[in-house]
Amino acid sequence: MASAREEIMGRLHEALGREDGVTTRPGIVPGTGRPVDIAAPVPRDYRRTGALDHESVIAQLVDRLVDYRANVVEAQPAEVPGVVAEKLAGAASVVAPLGLDGGVLSALDEPVLSALDPAVHITVEDETTALTVDELDRTSAVITSSRVSCAQTGTIFLDGADDCGRRAISLVPDHHVCLVPESSIVEIVPEAWARIDPTRTVTMISGPSATSDIELERVEGVHGPRTLDVVIVRGV
Amino acid sequence: MRIALFATCIVDAMYPEVARDTVTILERLGHEVVFPERQACCGQMHINSGDFAGAHPVVAGHVRAFEEEPGWDVAVAPSGSCVASLGHQQPMIARRAGDEDLAARAEDLASRTYELAQLLTDVLGVTDAAAQLGSYFPHPVTYHPSCHGMRLLNLGDRQRELLSTVEGIDLRELPQADQCCGFGGTFSMKNRQVSSAMLEDKAANIVSTGASLCAGGDASCLMHIGGGLSRSGAVSPRGGAVGTVHLARVLASTREKPLLPPRSEPILSGGSLR
Amino acid sequence: MTTFLGMPAVGGGPAIRHARVPGSIPGALGNVFESEHFPDYAERELGNAQLRRNLGHATSTIRAKRANVVAELPDWEELRSAGAAIKQTVMANLPELLEQFAEAFEAAGGHVHWARDADEANRIVEELIEAHAPVLDTGRREVVKIKSMATQEIGLNEYLEPRGIDAFETDLAELIVQLGDDKPSHILVPAIHKNRTEIRDIFLEQMPDVDPGLTDDPPKLAEAARRHLRNKFLTTKVAVSGANFGIASTGTLGVVESEGNGRMCLTLPETLITVMGIEKLLPAPEDLEVFLQLLPRSSTGERMNPYTSFWTGVTPGDGPQNVHVVLLDNGRSRALADEYGRSALHCIRCSACMNVCPVYERTGGHAYGSTYPGPIGAILSPLLTGVEAEENDSLPYASSLCGACYSACPVKIDIPSILVHLRGEDHLAKEEAAAEAGPAQRVRRLASAEGQLDAGLKAASWAMADGRRIALAERALPLASLLGARSGRIRRMPGVVGAWTSSRDVPRLPAQSFRTWWGKNRGAAPSSGHDRSAAAKEGDR
Repeated sequence: MASAREEIMGRLHEALGREDGVTTRPGIVPGTGRPVDIAAPVPRDYRRTGALDHESVIAQLVDRLVDYRANVVEAQPAEVPGVVAEKLAGAASVVAPLGLDGGVLSALDEPVLSALDPAVHITVEDETTALTVDELDRTSAVITSSRVSCAQTGTIFLDGADDCGRRAISLVPDHHVCLVPESSIVEIVPEAWARIDPTRTVTMISGPSATSDIELERVEGVHGPRTLDVVIVRGV
Repeated sequence: MRIALFATCIVDAMYPEVARDTVTILERLGHEVVFPERQACCGQMHINSGDFAGAHPVVAGHVRAFEEEPGWDVAVAPSGSCVASLGHQQPMIARRAGDEDLAARAEDLASRTYELAQLLTDVLGVTDAAAQLGSYFPHPVTYHPSCHGMRLLNLGDRQRELLSTVEGIDLRELPQADQCCGFGGTFSMKNRQVSSAMLEDKAANIVSTGASLCAGGDASCLMHIGGGLSRSGAVSPRGGAVGTVHLARVLASTREKPLLPPRSEPILSGGSLR
Repeated sequence: MTTFLGMPAVGGGPAIRHARVPGSIPGALGNVFESEHFPDYAERELGNAQLRRNLGHATSTIRAKRANVVAELPDWEELRSAGAAIKQTVMANLPELLEQFAEAFEAAGGHVHWARDADEANRIVEELIEAHAPVLDTGRREVVKIKSMATQEIGLNEYLEPRGIDAFETDLAELIVQLGDDKPSHILVPAIHKNRTEIRDIFLEQMPDVDPGLTDDPPKLAEAARRHLRNKFLTTKVAVSGANFGIASTGTLGVVESEGNGRMCLTLPETLITVMGIEKLLPAPEDLEVFLQLLPRSSTGERMNPYTSFWTGVTPGDGPQNVHVVLLDNGRSRALADEYGRSALHCIRCSACMNVCPVYERTGGHAYGSTYPGPIGAILSPLLTGVEAEENDSLPYASSLCGACYSACPVKIDIPSILVHLRGEDHLAKEEAAAEAGPAQRVRRLASAEGQLDAGLKAASWAMADGRRIALAERALPLASLLGARSGRIRRMPGVVGAWTSSRDVPRLPAQSFRTWWGKNRGAAPSSGHDRSAAAKEGDR
């Protein structure tokens, strides 16, 4: 008996009228009755690069994030530890990825978490210190960097690299402080997506978790972090 | 210019005055109108009912009728839906019948056939109905853009713009104008409850404008809307019944020969102004 | 073709080309069938005033949001064209892309399963759950689920329930539907037919640990859902998802969501099972630069949805280490084989078509029976199952063909033309059945509304093939115009036309057709010049 895979493949070949690898049933445009031109190339005459100047791109990102009810601050490199400490004031515990101070943020004079209140319990995750799900659930906040941000849609991309961390840490704690280096901000979706390796674990974040399931009105704050603080790091 | 009139089956049999007014308008602009006598129907009724075998002779008949008529420059129909069917359905029927020659001829005919407002605006250069056609219609009117003209022919604002330049007209914006009236040919019978619910909302929106007439470019939609208004007994603020009127009738109306005397209420047949 | 009512047969014409779906390709099983004929279900739903208010409010809200964010993009039409072309490429190369995807997914540590139909997919998922989800103290197994159309389509939850497995829906709307023992009525907002007060009542009744003082404030309702599901997310070992995209060249899967329930399910459990229709593939990563723009703006009317996740097989140290995908056919090969309807498989399940559909807005989703409601459902369900066997044969008629769906579709599926195509399939099937039927059945059909419409069409096809025949028929107009002569309208007509006059009047017919007028006044031998005064006089009536 043919396996499911073989049988499905057989159906698909039949549906397409494959004869020696050639498609003899290319499909018919339902409105005109003409055969579909399956050899036609995909027209990619949509915009693939943005049109705004750099400062306008940053302003647009801020505008979109605020629209999603994220909190946004901009900080010069020297101000970053202080701003982060301010955002994490009141947190009992914080989790951070191992490489938070790596990458472009290595240009900072002081480590990101250097100004934190000593009372805050900090876990910097590596392979041996990974928190369990329960421990993450008891962690007040998470701080990560990010790979790229798209201004037009207000979207921050995390890619599981050392400065973004594994996916669970930016999900389970109820408060996410996310650093966005200025150099990682682009205007439109094709520009952002071009900087992403999709075979990594990619998480795109556009504001705090939200739902439109009740009468199609947007409500912020469901299962993901209910508070999203974005720190745009100028000059790096 | 020599213009071939495609009257459409519904106008021919039920609203002949719309075709006569179309002739009047075009002649007023100094053009000659011809009527290919073997014309009947675009075939849309059969096509939309799934009867492609029944549609094929209708499509072939339409193409033949206009090819037999000698020496015309452009064709016109007072209906967006029927013109859309020529370009968007007839070639498909021809190809389904294996008749690529008919498909090519149908496409050629469709490319030379215009909806009335499209012809007036794009080909004949009418920008001011009052000045160029003498159009005069001093009545409160709202306007429903029919779906096929709007979405398949991309008529945009052409019909509304023409109406807005009619002398004396009190043109009122129709809420949710882009919503279908619920006609859809046999849809109105096969799904009569849903169709009626759509019609109720369309009629309520029309009545809410305070207009005494709803103008449009498709006799079929107007028959549906008018039939619903008539059945509901809708009354305008001036006390008369609310009904429908075809764009061609409004444009053909002049001070000398008004479709309706000023300050009078329309007398309607089944909800439509005759 | 048979002769009707003494009318000359219109047969003898050329054979008309239809879909020609090979009989060897079976149709779908599962929740893709109308439960009863659309007009009958619709009539009941139209009587539900609350439902119509809820739907009217929700669809008009989302329509306005979508229109705003679509207008923001100057290249929206170019994106639509690219999206349509990419999907067309996918369909033409589906066998190769599937092989490529499966290979890449396995190379990344994932396991690939193939399911011919809904039954087979359900069995595969059941076996995987039994192997990887522990039996709890209750004696049952549990899984958490991300909202997924594919698992709705195969009826997974209902299949698992009697087999000792509880599947917990975690999307807020799916949770509302599941707790209310209801059915989804919209593919994006399954509880669109419920308003906030109805939702509050369901929560009060069905959530064991809910605050009895819960109000109908949406943020409070969302918070109740968070509390209700939190522990499930943290403890459940197996999750089931669908997928919005599968990238063939890399074996990557993607899920687009809002609430974070998706991220929870994709990240915290040990085992992840994804059920994906075989048409969901995209050839390469770059294609997502198009779809990540088209989908959110078309579905929720947002510039971007809050969360989108991509994963490629197993990533050590990050998320589930036991990852499966079930590639589901269930009628998709049948839809692919319908050359006129094939492009329905381009659908990315955004729901823009139902949000703009005047029919959906008034009937809601349940009237369509299938998991897929609205305009796309009216073509997709019959394409997955076939219309021949009285299955889904009323759906192609559940549209006025206004075209709003086509204008809104982000991948340019010409839904009205496919509806017309499927009407043709249905018409052919009925004709063939009639040809085989006995005389008694034929008489019965002739007496039915449908039979009358059909007979009318046959007569009209003959008459409308040539205007000269119309001219003959129109000789009856002077007599017919006496109908309704007094009131100017006709209020009741017999037979099938009675469906029209149930809610609309018919105008009185004119005494002469345009054709007759033209013949008299402008015809071959006009008296002398154009008789304008006669025309004007006749115009008065």
